Amino acid sequence: MAEAAPILTMTGISKRFPGVVALAGVDFRMLPGEVHALMGENGAGKSTLIKVLTGVYDIDEGDIRLAGEPVRFTGPPQAQQAGISTVYQEVNLCPNLSVAENIQLGREPRRLGAIRWAELRRHSSELVGRLGLDIDVTAPLGTYSLAVQQMVAIARAVDVSAKVLILDEPTSSLDAGEVAQLFRVMRQLKSEGVAILFVSHFLDQVYEIADRMTVLRNGRLIGEYRVAELSPLELVGRMIGKELATLDELAEHSRRPLATVERGEPVVDARELGRDGAVAPFSLTIHAGEVVGLAGLLGSGRTEVARLLFGADRADHGSLRIDGAEVSLRNPRNAMGHRIAFCSENRRTEGLVEELTVRENIILALQAARGWSRPIPRRRQDELVDRYVRALDIRPADPEARVGHLSGGNQQKVLLARWLITEPRLLIVDEPTRGIDVGAKAEIQRLVVELSDGGMAVLFISAELEEVLRLSHKIAVLRDRRMVEQVENSEDVDADRIMRTIASGGAA
Amino acid sequence: MISPATLSALLRHRLVWPVGVLVLLIVGNLVFTPSFLSIEVREGHLYGSLIDILRSAAPLALVALGMTLVIATGGIDLSVGSVVAISGAVACWWIVGLGDQNSLGGVLGAVALALGLSLLLGAGNGLLVAAVGIQPIIATLILMVAGRGVAQLVTDGQIITVNSGPYEVIGKDYWLTFPVSVLIVAVMVAGTLVLTRRTALGLLIESVGGNPTASRLAGVNARRLTVLVYVFAGFCAGLAGLIVSSNVSSADGNNAGNLIELDAILAVVIGGTALAGGRFSVLGSVIGALVIKTLDITIYTIGVPTNTTLLFKAIVVVVLCLAQSPAFRARVLGRRRRGPDVPDPAPPTARTEVPV
Amino acid sequence: MTDLETRTPPAATATGVRGRGYRPNQRHVPVLATLGLLVLMYGVGVVNYEGFSDTQIVLNIFVDNAFLLVVAVGMTFVILTGGIDLSVGAVVALTTLIAAELLNAGWPAAVVLPLVLLVGTTIGLGMGCIIHFFEVQPFIATLAGMFLARGLCFLISDASVPIADPFWTGVAQQRLAFGGFFVSISAVVAVLVVLVAAYVLAYTRFGRTVYAVGGNPQSAGLMGLPVGRTRIVVYTISGFCSALGGVLLSFYMLSGYSLHAQGMELDAIAAVVIGGTLLTGGSGYLFGTVLGVLVYGLIQTIITFQGDLSSWWTRIVIGVLLLAFILLQRLVTHRTHR
Repeated sequence: MAEAAPILTMTGISKRFPGVVALAGVDFRMLPGEVHALMGENGAGKSTLIKVLTGVYDIDEGDIRLAGEPVRFTGPPQAQQAGISTVYQEVNLCPNLSVAENIQLGREPRRLGAIRWAELRRHSSELVGRLGLDIDVTAPLGTYSLAVQQMVAIARAVDVSAKVLILDEPTSSLDAGEVAQLFRVMRQLKSEGVAILFVSHFLDQVYEIADRMTVLRNGRLIGEYRVAELSPLELVGRMIGKELATLDELAEHSRRPLATVERGEPVVDARELGRDGAVAPFSLTIHAGEVVGLAGLLGSGRTEVARLLFGADRADHGSLRIDGAEVSLRNPRNAMGHRIAFCSENRRTEGLVEELTVRENIILALQAARGWSRPIPRRRQDELVDRYVRALDIRPADPEARVGHLSGGNQQKVLLARWLITEPRLLIVDEPTRGIDVGAKAEIQRLVVELSDGGMAVLFISAELEEVLRLSHKIAVLRDRRMVEQVENSEDVDADRIMRTIASGGAA
Repeated sequence: MISPATLSALLRHRLVWPVGVLVLLIVGNLVFTPSFLSIEVREGHLYGSLIDILRSAAPLALVALGMTLVIATGGIDLSVGSVVAISGAVACWWIVGLGDQNSLGGVLGAVALALGLSLLLGAGNGLLVAAVGIQPIIATLILMVAGRGVAQLVTDGQIITVNSGPYEVIGKDYWLTFPVSVLIVAVMVAGTLVLTRRTALGLLIESVGGNPTASRLAGVNARRLTVLVYVFAGFCAGLAGLIVSSNVSSADGNNAGNLIELDAILAVVIGGTALAGGRFSVLGSVIGALVIKTLDITIYTIGVPTNTTLLFKAIVVVVLCLAQSPAFRARVLGRRRRGPDVPDPAPPTARTEVPV
Repeated sequence: MTDLETRTPPAATATGVRGRGYRPNQRHVPVLATLGLLVLMYGVGVVNYEGFSDTQIVLNIFVDNAFLLVVAVGMTFVILTGGIDLSVGAVVALTTLIAAELLNAGWPAAVVLPLVLLVGTTIGLGMGCIIHFFEVQPFIATLAGMFLARGLCFLISDASVPIADPFWTGVAQQRLAFGGFFVSISAVVAVLVVLVAAYVLAYTRFGRTVYAVGGNPQSAGLMGLPVGRTRIVVYTISGFCSALGGVLLSFYMLSGYSLHAQGMELDAIAAVVIGGTLLTGGSGYLFGTVLGVLVYGLIQTIITFQGDLSSWWTRIVIGVLLLAFILLQRLVTHRTHR
């Protein structure tokens, strides 16, 4: 690609939060008519960069130029007016209004202040048609699938002459067909000269659609590359800052081949368990002392599997046996009665009660199981809490601290502690290491190993294949809300192989 | 008893404001009425302004007690005023129908009937909220609207007057020099404290109010708890209704308990329980009720027309809400980011958090 | 991609086929239910009571409930944004009282009328500002507004103040006759308010923003819509409508009284909800609110015709209807959102 003049340049961008340098002198530029991937691990500074660009945050230092003109936005609406539109993973539209209105809300065609509905509909159907969508623009947006809603969001974003379109994790909850459709729209826009900033955790998608990429790590710029010039392996190395050799070594050493484990009794045995709209019927057996890893992309049905096994959602297909006896889990309390525990991936929304203290959060599940009339004696509470605060190294080591004030890693440990004191036989952990610092991450991984060595069955869910490979005895792969493969972990199972399964869907 | 350590912690955190306001009001009263604090025993009964405050605050404190637990689960109960009216109306209607209005058994029957009905009404609210999933404001609005009609139906639009010795005990009489109504409240408050703090009920309620989803996933039976708190609120309101009607020996379907729901909510908020739910303070709400009634009496004693009470309340509500509003505090301190239409970005310490 | 056409409930329309036959739009169900109820009630009235079929009876519902209709229009705006306004009854009372006092003090009607409207509007504006800028829950902020307005009432007078102003009595007694029937000026004003408000909601950017804010305020903000301004304006509109409702009530009663319009906030909310507007915001029509007020008025009319029923039955029936419609809403929203 011949390098045109950049449409957007950000130079020497710095942004500090109290105690954290989120961005340190980052340079970033985008050319017209390109798809530019912004790469980095969680906490690398991607979202801060986007928020700085769209005016959600002020910058401390640096210079932003759009088409050569220095700009500084006071918020997303102003950025959008200048031609920088953002579409988030969560569709930020109004489901109660029609598709047409959602596209043009705030800039409807008007005559003497009155909205011209016919013109509004005509323009909108034209626009969605251009993006290759065949939908009724007068229907409420909420009646369409998430994928369509996302396209509508893009239609809205490009309706004003967008120069730069930011797509923040747009593919997280789309299936393969929908992703292809999205990419077609992106290529169409690209050909119209729109610069697209693409954020995705899925490397193969990045390699499929992006022209160039910028890698960030710990708030610093690592480099800007043409996609063709940087192999996925090199990219990963730059993103996580480890040399390839170390990576390999890490992978080699911590592998847990099945041979070393004596397989205990099956704790849970799901047979054709499934729920319409959540996950297709699957069969899965988890034995005592076994770690089963669930691999798959975000939205592939991992969490849904966990929720079925925990009774958070009710299954409408198949059967579930616990210790050989058939059970029907109608709510989490049923599952807890069978000593199943579930640490949700959304610590804040589904896990902790932030207003309560560390102690109260830790004893919550155990207390709920006992019922309100049988309080855990205070001395016993303190004992339990102290033990786990020490064992998991929860900081600050103050049981009366408000959980909301703890860091992500420590919150995760509190959540784990809550379930560990219930002495579960099956522990389901959904993304326990996401968004926490490296030290805490290693500790939690070690804990999983220890627990399974002690005879606990563990269902380990993670988006990081390496982590799944390292910890699991058996790996179940999910794709498009379907469990497509189960493999015993061994020497010849590697991330590549799992990735291929995730990508292609069938066992080789 | 509460240990001194917990007590001091309590005071440090939540009760210091409402108690401060109460003390301020009492001191203000002392300036105008030097004898304000004096209490004397006449004919074996306690007399004095403080006793008057306690007596007049009794129904409100009861209603606020029930309201506290409801609000702690993140709900609200607008129907308590109607329940107050229904309870009094039903009790008086039953007593009037008795051959002998002074029969103790008959009066006990009336009380049981009124309280049982209140429990049922509370359960109705609770089921609408917990089982059907209707927003609490709306669910209880139904009974708020219909309940007054029902109360008037029971009293046939009239004021039912009763002449029943045993019934008057509840709201008028004294026992061991103390007003019975105040004793009832004291017992209820103590019972609630024991029930919520000596068992795990308080913790579970706070967890449901603080994060309903997380509570469900932790195995808390939120549905049952929710029904329970509305039933409790109904019971408290019913009891308050008995006190109100017994005190005046009559039932007024139209006016009994009018606007008491708003006063109760106000008392709860003054007491330091946030309307969003979560942490609650039973004692705080009781103090809140005392603050409101002291305010009423203060206005009366300093000679301002009683009509201004509502105005004062409006000001108190505004001030309290502003004090509770993080946005207001942030604005006053000037630490707020610009761009009010943009949802607040996640706090920077949460940079590890992935947007989901 | 064909699967992109699949609507959210895949089970329901598995192949993405959309029926062409008449299927009432989900969002119209509550309004249609209200309409059906209204027709049914009217039918019951006509069958059971002599003289009920007189057109004047229907017109009288408008005449007798003009003030409620106007107040409910303001409430509709507020509820559409997902808010609530508890202050309306108190503002109505305050308006009647201020008008009465000022007129008795000899102020000309031409000054009093705009002044009282301004007072109500200002109260609404103030509450809107508190709700928006300080993020106080609408329920609480308008509760404070209610205390404030009623408190001001009692401060002014706790007795009923009769109005003898010639303009006021003139308007009150004026009957606009046509074809043997008549309506009051208040009813005409109320209908005009409805028409203007319906136009604003359907055809102006502000109106659509009201719906957007009710649908998803965060999204509306990110879409660049003036969420804060819209919120403030709807409470201001509600304040204005309450004041106008108060003026109409003072025409109707020819008095100002601090105990006027007790509980009117509940009647207005009930009318809006029975009219099919979702209390969570974002869905509903002004036409529905008109139907809701008509249902309310018709209940009262039937009770009057019945003769042996007491007025409190209105409240009980309204409560039962409220319950029925809220359950219906629950059912409808449950089906549309998966």
